[in-house]
Amino acid sequence: MHGFANPKRFLALAGWLTPVLLTGGLLLTAAALFWGFTQVPPDRLMGETVRIIFIHVPTAWLGMGGWTAIAVSSLVFLVWRHPLAAIAARGAAVPGLVFTIICLVTGSVWGRPTWGTWWVWDGRLTSMLVLAFLYIAYIALAQAAQREGISARIPAIFGLLGAVNIPIINRSVVWWNSLHQPPSITMGKSAIDGVFLMPLLVAVLGFSLIFGGVVLARMRALLADIQAEARLRRRAMEAD
Amino acid sequence: MREALDQWTFVYAAYAIGVGGTLAMIAWSWIAMKRAEARREKAKRK
Repeated sequence: MHGFANPKRFLALAGWLTPVLLTGGLLLTAAALFWGFTQVPPDRLMGETVRIIFIHVPTAWLGMGGWTAIAVSSLVFLVWRHPLAAIAARGAAVPGLVFTIICLVTGSVWGRPTWGTWWVWDGRLTSMLVLAFLYIAYIALAQAAQREGISARIPAIFGLLGAVNIPIINRSVVWWNSLHQPPSITMGKSAIDGVFLMPLLVAVLGFSLIFGGVVLARMRALLADIQAEARLRRRAMEAD
Repeated sequence: MREALDQWTFVYAAYAIGVGGTLAMIAWSWIAMKRAEARREKAKRK
């Protein structure tokens, strides 16, 4: 694993892996959404709106997964000082934010016909909204740290502290009364019928590959920016 | 009185938001990456 912390080796790997992940993810996601849209029967209680599950659930998991990736990369950066770990954390922030927003908006669209309301301030929805704000704050902090030359340790510490929200999101439907249903899929068992579960798992895999591809693309962009800036600064110093 | 809601309208809206948002994110991150890599190559040549 430490071998890939070398930017040169990372770029060689990411060069071919980025389009592979994005293409594979797009194909799998398109297949899963088509499957869910056309082949799945309406649910006994939720009717046709059950089809929203194939977008809402994968994006919810990846919204939380994105912050987990930020926290793990931040820990690696703080302990082993791998600069690539800080870039990996920053790379996960944008796709994590986008998926969290998609989860919130599709959840709201799903809530209207099933709960009779677009929004409720309960534990699950509020903690997910807090996650979106944490992402925005993290992105702003990481950009400011790079621009102002502040230590990358500050966004890394913020990334670790923000991880407190992940178990809160996960357990919110158990700890507090909520319109949101309790966990349907837990380790080793599922309350969801196989006819919904199979396309859901394909959608999770497809969205996850897209997430991975976007993280690599963001990391390549951030690395290229840092390398171009360093080169221009060196030139300017040589010219002085 | 209960409102009559067409469930498919909500399904279409959710799919449009999910698919549109994901495609926009992929396109933006790909273009940003290509632009940053072109800037690095330009800085190398200078």
